[in-house]
Amino acid sequence: MFQATRFTLRKRRYELLARAVFFLMTLLIVTPLILIVGYLVYQAWPILSLDFLFTNPRNGMRSGGIWSPLLGTIYLVVISLLVSTPIGVLAAISLNEYARESWITRVINLAVVNLAGVPSIVHALFGLGAFVLFAGLGKSILAASLTLAIMTLPVIIASTKEALASVPVPFREACWNVGATRWQTIRHVVLPNSVGGILTGVILQVSRAAGETAPIMFTGVVFYKAIKEGDPFAYGLFDQCMALSMHLFTISTQVPDVPKALPYGTAVVLLGAVLAVNALAILVRLRLRSRRKW
Amino acid sequence: MNPSTRRILASCLLALGLLASACSRSKGPNRTVIQDAGSDTMVNLAQAWAEEYAKVDPTVSVEVSGGGSGTGIAALSSGTVDIANCSRRFEPQEIEQARKNTGKAPREFMVGFDALAIYVNKNNPLNEITIGQLADIYAEGGKLTKWSELGVKLPDGSDEIIRISRQSNSGTYFYFREAILGKGRDFKLGSRDMQGSKDVVELVANTPSAIGYSGMGYNTPAVKQLRVSKKAGEPSYAPTVETTLNHTYPIARPLFMYTLGEPTGAVRKYLDWVNSETGQKIVLRSGYVPLPKTGN
Amino acid sequence: MPALPRRPRVEILAERAIEVLIRLCGISAVLFVFGIFFFVFREGSHLLFHGFNFREFFFSPEWYPTSQSHVRYGALALIAGTASVTLLAMLLAVPFGIGTAVFISEFCGARTKETLKITIELLAAIPSVVWGFVGLTVMNKVIIQLFHTPIGLNVLNGGVILALMSVPIIVSIGEDALKAVPDSYREAAIALGVTRWQLIHRVLVPAARNGLLAAVLLGVGRAVGETMAVLMATGHAVKIPTSLLDSVRTLTATIAAELGEAAVHSDHYQVLFIIGILLFTITFAINLAADLIVRGVRRE
Repeated sequence: MFQATRFTLRKRRYELLARAVFFLMTLLIVTPLILIVGYLVYQAWPILSLDFLFTNPRNGMRSGGIWSPLLGTIYLVVISLLVSTPIGVLAAISLNEYARESWITRVINLAVVNLAGVPSIVHALFGLGAFVLFAGLGKSILAASLTLAIMTLPVIIASTKEALASVPVPFREACWNVGATRWQTIRHVVLPNSVGGILTGVILQVSRAAGETAPIMFTGVVFYKAIKEGDPFAYGLFDQCMALSMHLFTISTQVPDVPKALPYGTAVVLLGAVLAVNALAILVRLRLRSRRKW
Repeated sequence: MNPSTRRILASCLLALGLLASACSRSKGPNRTVIQDAGSDTMVNLAQAWAEEYAKVDPTVSVEVSGGGSGTGIAALSSGTVDIANCSRRFEPQEIEQARKNTGKAPREFMVGFDALAIYVNKNNPLNEITIGQLADIYAEGGKLTKWSELGVKLPDGSDEIIRISRQSNSGTYFYFREAILGKGRDFKLGSRDMQGSKDVVELVANTPSAIGYSGMGYNTPAVKQLRVSKKAGEPSYAPTVETTLNHTYPIARPLFMYTLGEPTGAVRKYLDWVNSETGQKIVLRSGYVPLPKTGN
Repeated sequence: MPALPRRPRVEILAERAIEVLIRLCGISAVLFVFGIFFFVFREGSHLLFHGFNFREFFFSPEWYPTSQSHVRYGALALIAGTASVTLLAMLLAVPFGIGTAVFISEFCGARTKETLKITIELLAAIPSVVWGFVGLTVMNKVIIQLFHTPIGLNVLNGGVILALMSVPIIVSIGEDALKAVPDSYREAAIALGVTRWQLIHRVLVPAARNGLLAAVLLGVGRAVGETMAVLMATGHAVKIPTSLLDSVRTLTATIAAELGEAAVHSDHYQVLFIIGILLFTITFAINLAADLIVRGVRRE
């Protein structure tokens, strides 16, 4: 009585077909990631070692390691996040906890979205015009970090806003009912409960700041600078520095006779660091979601 | 203050402390920084010098950037670098600009020579070329577009001359335009304009029907350097140290380092070292032509 | 009744101070966006208002900024470069991106969904210089082998790389848009006995079309603004492309390549900043449009 009719069978065939087509599309997007990472690691394999990370580039940057660019990237990332995180978090608090729904908030939201979409070369132009020239910082780690800070700001604002918004309103109401001020509520209840989301946003921006080249190319990163190996304080704030992203660019386009494994090795370290940091953010997010009691 | 606040405060103070110590380190009396920017042709040479000099005098740190001779000139004119590497001379208006901005005139130091080599693919049967033919290939309005017009038949059959050039911020680009195309002429559009000297050679190595120009030091076994003659009928010369120094190779140029006014202190010492025998040995090792020993 | 304890003066003042700081930070985003526009505009403004040849800029393909004899700032070839690479990238990224968004949203169990979303996020995290490096090495060789061209750095190379870079944005925003379609739509359609394909094609995509459009627009914005990947992968030739295998140069790559050389405040320098203004305006318009479209959705 309930035998499948031709109509149902045809329906099922279409359904399988649709599923297959969409599955293939997804596969086509996902496979490049795996192939690329695999190929890069394969080409870089001969040169990857702990030594690679801690020795300076030598012999005209044709051998040795990536210590000076690695240290430079760490400096740039840390300083830029030290600047953008507090500003971003406070801005998100302002937008989510203090502002009333008005045209001002609409404009601010629009500005945040637009700031996120600015091309990286325009960030470079801005950094050049504002920090290097106008503020007189010259080409320096400081100018480059501030440029990166502006670049990472919008995403920190957006993810903090989301994290704050996910704290249920009743939490806040409970605080207000016992007579707490707005700031006391934020400081003791809302912020601690949204630390996870904020952290995720900040961690994601670590990888963005480490990977960008254009904003730092004109504001404080150089082709080469000799520093002492193994010294974590080798760079000063007003010095220029090398950076992993820029280093990858120069050894793959400007230094002759570089052994093949070297640029691949640099790419793998950069990519590996970025993916590892992102994976960390995802883990933090998953763990917090499971720990949530509401 | 609850424990978490205390922790946050402590880590902030720690971070500030680290920053402060990093700051003070750079301004201490033991660290001098020399900023050296400019020519992409010279950037690897400048880097080799900087790397070697770090062993000679560890208290001085030389920061090397490229960007093109124009970058170095622009930076020196605004007073933002100590040394500008240039593979061409300052133009008179650039000297004026520097004097206007900083009150000092640029001081020129010749530090070596570079022969501009014409590269073709290893399998290209052509061996020599004249400056006139180069101009006809590269210049706006030039008529040479196929290898057969030069009497050359490539083994894989392709005929179109693929022009590899440099981007317009490059001193090499400038020099080629002046020496080969002649004053007042521009490049034909549509050439592949590469970022650096090395890209040109690599591209020519991978492209059977390509022609490109780059520094003599960027030679690899996968490409061939053509012999160049000034005019048809005149003898042609390959780019070598000898032909550069005795001026028989027609497209060789001096390499310069410029400072604002007379250099003093660490910059002076560095320039003296560059011109010394150790510095000049590095020039040779990097594939360029050192200054002749008899002095010029 | 004894008086209630009052808060110490210091604490109240500190709280007021923090609230002022918070409000300042709140408008900081606006300040920075305007700041970017202001500074970029400022560096290029002198030339813009004193004799900038608009017709030459937009309609002439002759780009000779450093000519000794005849300086020309015709950006048509550069605009064509950006447009061609972006167009190809979108032709590839939009169908695959939306297809993937549909797959994740409609065909996946919770676990696969999470894994796929994580993979797409990781794809989005790859730095642009690494993409450029991939284009310079891997794609270059592949194109040379497949098409027997002399050089593999061209519109095709740049377009494929940009497509891979834009897909994550299209997928994540598109998936959000599909998720936002009310379940009642789905339930009604299934009750009528439609197949999955009909559900997607006739109900979901039209219902989510605003969000999907916004996703595509943001993908375009990403592609137009990309610098390093196209700098390394498109071959740098100032010419209007006539085939996919032609080398081109984009607006972004031109700024990156030439900014260092231009003497500060020279004409060339200002023209580069004017290109920056152009780019900023384009991406601003795209973001504004996407925002308006999405806002329209939310209001429904």
